[in-house]
Amino acid sequence: MLGSFAVLRKQSLLGDAISHAALPGIAIAFLITGAKDTNTLLLGALVSGLIGTFWIRGIITKTHLKSDTALGLILSLFFGFGMLLLTFIQKQPNANQAGLDKYLFGQAATLVERDVWMMAIVTGICLIVMLTFWKEFKILLFDADYTKTLGFNTKTIDILITSFIVLAIVLGLQTVGVVLMSAMLLAPAAAARQWTNSLSVMVFLAAIFGAFSGVFGTAISATQNNLSTGPVIVLVASVFVVFSFVFSPSRGLLFKQIRFIKNRRDLELHKTLAFMYHIAESHENISHPHTVRLLNNFQGYTKSTLQKLVDKQYVELNGNMWNLTKKGFETAANLYTKQTTDDE
Amino acid sequence: MKQEIAVKVDDLTVAYNYKPVLWDIDLEIPEGVLMAIVGPNGAGKSTLIKAILGILKPIAGSISIYGKPYEDQRKLVAYVPQKGSVDWDFPTTALDVVMMGTYGSLGWIKRPGQKQKKAALEALEKVGMLPFKNRQISQLSGGQQQRIFLARALVQDASIYFMDEPFQGVDASTEIAIINILKALRKAGKTVIVVHHDLQTVPEYFDWVTFLNVKKIATGPVKDIFNDDNLTKTYGINYKVSIQE
Ligand SMILES: Nc1ncnc2c1ncn2[C@@H]1O[C@H](COP(=O)(O)OP(=O)(O)O)[C@@H](O)[C@H]1O
Ligand SMILES: [Mg+2]
Repeated sequence: MLGSFAVLRKQSLLGDAISHAALPGIAIAFLITGAKDTNTLLLGALVSGLIGTFWIRGIITKTHLKSDTALGLILSLFFGFGMLLLTFIQKQPNANQAGLDKYLFGQAATLVERDVWMMAIVTGICLIVMLTFWKEFKILLFDADYTKTLGFNTKTIDILITSFIVLAIVLGLQTVGVVLMSAMLLAPAAAARQWTNSLSVMVFLAAIFGAFSGVFGTAISATQNNLSTGPVIVLVASVFVVFSFVFSPSRGLLFKQIRFIKNRRDLELHKTLAFMYHIAESHENISHPHTVRLLNNFQGYTKSTLQKLVDKQYVELNGNMWNLTKKGFETAANLYTKQTTDDE
Repeated sequence: MKQEIAVKVDDLTVAYNYKPVLWDIDLEIPEGVLMAIVGPNGAGKSTLIKAILGILKPIAGSISIYGKPYEDQRKLVAYVPQKGSVDWDFPTTALDVVMMGTYGSLGWIKRPGQKQKKAALEALEKVGMLPFKNRQISQLSGGQQQRIFLARALVQDASIYFMDEPFQGVDASTEIAIINILKALRKAGKTVIVVHHDLQTVPEYFDWVTFLNVKKIATGPVKDIFNDDNLTKTYGINYKVSIQE
C-alpha cells in the first residue's frame, strides 16, 4: 500500500536502504536491553531506520552525490554495521542470542497474536493518515515545486510519507526480513500500477495484492515443513508482478505485442490494397482484371493478405486474375487521401 | 501615468552548490505587462522564476510582490512549471491535474468539492481541453499537456502569472491558443511573465522583455530595448541576421 508512494517517487531503492538500516537498530536494542521482546527490538529498528533515512536526505541535499549513490552508501554502511553487531552478539555466551537472525529472512511462524494486533493497529493508523492527507500526498508526488508555490510545507508532507514507509518496513521485518523487505514493499505496488491509471485504485490494488501474497504465501509454506514463510510470500508477490507485466490490458507486454502485430498486419493489407489501386487506376474500368503475378513484384504481398482482401470483398479473384471491386476501390481511394493528409 | 510595480527583485543572487547561477539581479516588473524573459540555455531563466516563487532559497537579495514578501501574497501568484519537470506517467487524469490549482486556496486536509470542480471545468473549457477531461495524462500530446498546465494556473485566478516555456514543443494551433489566452489575461489587467525561446515572435507576442544571462542585461518595453545590441550582449553572437528579416 505505502509502496505505491515509493514506486511513484522512483525511490525504489529507498525501501531497501531503510530495511537494511533497521538491522543495527535491532542489534543495538538487543545489546542494551538484553531482551528479545519484539516491541523493544522493533523500536530499535524504527529509530535506526529513521536515522538512516534522514542521513540519506542530508547527503543528497548537501553534497553532489546522486540519490542512488547515497542510498547505496547508507545501505551498505548500516547493513555492514548491523551484521558486525550480530556476529558479535552470536559470539557472546548468552542463551538469548538465537532468534535475532530471524530478522534477516523473516519468520512469520514466530508471530504471536499480539504482534498481529499491533500490525493491524498501525496499518489502521496509516490508512487514516493517508486518507486525511490524500490531496497533499498526491500533489506532492506529482509536482513538488508547484506544491511549494501553493503554500504547502512540502517538507512536512515529505516527512510524513517517509515516516510511514519506514514504519511499514519495520513492521514487515518480522515477517519477511531485512533482505526481502523492499521486494515486499515494492512488488504489490509495481504490479498494481500495471492495471490502473488512477492513484486511488493503484493504492487499493496494491493493498489487496500485498494482503493476498501474505495469506497465500503463509498457506503454501504451512503445507511444507521446511519452507520458510517470508521468501514464499515474496515469491507469490513476484508472481503477481510478472503476471501483471505480461497480461495487463493497457500496459502489458502481451497485449502490446498483439497490438503491434495487428497494426503491422493492417498496414500490410493497406499497402497491398494501395498498390492494387495504383494498378487499377491506370485503367479506365476499375474492375478490369489483372494477373496475380503483377503483385509478386510488390514487397509485403502474400497469399494470405490477398485472401483477406477477398474476404473483405475488396477484391475478386478469378483463377490467376484479380480485380478490385467498387468497395475496394473506394476504400483504397480514401486510404490514399487519408495517408497523404497524415503525412503533413 | 505611473504604473504600479507588480514584482520587484532586489540584488538577487542564487547558486546551486557553490556556482552562482544568478548574479545581483535587480528587476522591476510593472503591473499589466506581458513580459518575455529571454536568454540562452542555462542562463538562469527557470532559476529566476523559482527564486521569485520561493521554490529556491537565494543566497542574497529580496523579492516583493506588490510591496510585500511573497509568502503574504501567494494567492496573487500562479505558476506554470516547465512541462518536463513532472512525470507525465503519473496515474491521474487531466481534470485531476487542473483541480490541483484549487488546492492552494483550500489549504490543508480540506477536499475539493463541486465549486472547485466547476472552476476546473471552466479552465479546461478556456484552453479547449474539455473533451479530454477524463483522459489519462500520459495519453495527451505535448501540446495538450501544456494546455492542462496552463488551465491549472488559470484556476488559481491570480493577478500575476509566471510561465516557464509554455510554448516548448507545442504545435502551431496550440501556440496560437496559448498566446490568445495570455493576451486575454493582459487585457484583464493581469501581469504575465513568460520564459520564451523563440526570438522571432517576441515583438509580436510581448510588450515587455528582460534579457538575462546570469546577470540582467536589460529590461524594458520591447519597442525600446529589443535590439541587436542587447541580443548580442545576451547571446554573445551577432543576431542581426536572424531578427531583421
Ligand atoms: N538542480 C540543479 N542543481 C544544480 N545546478 C542546476 C540545477 N538546476 C539548474 N542548474 C544549473 O543552473 C544553470 C541555470 O539553469 P536554469 O535556470 O534551468 O537555466 P534556463 O532555464 O535559463 O535554461 C544551468 O547552468 C544549470 O546547469
Ligand atoms: Mg529553463
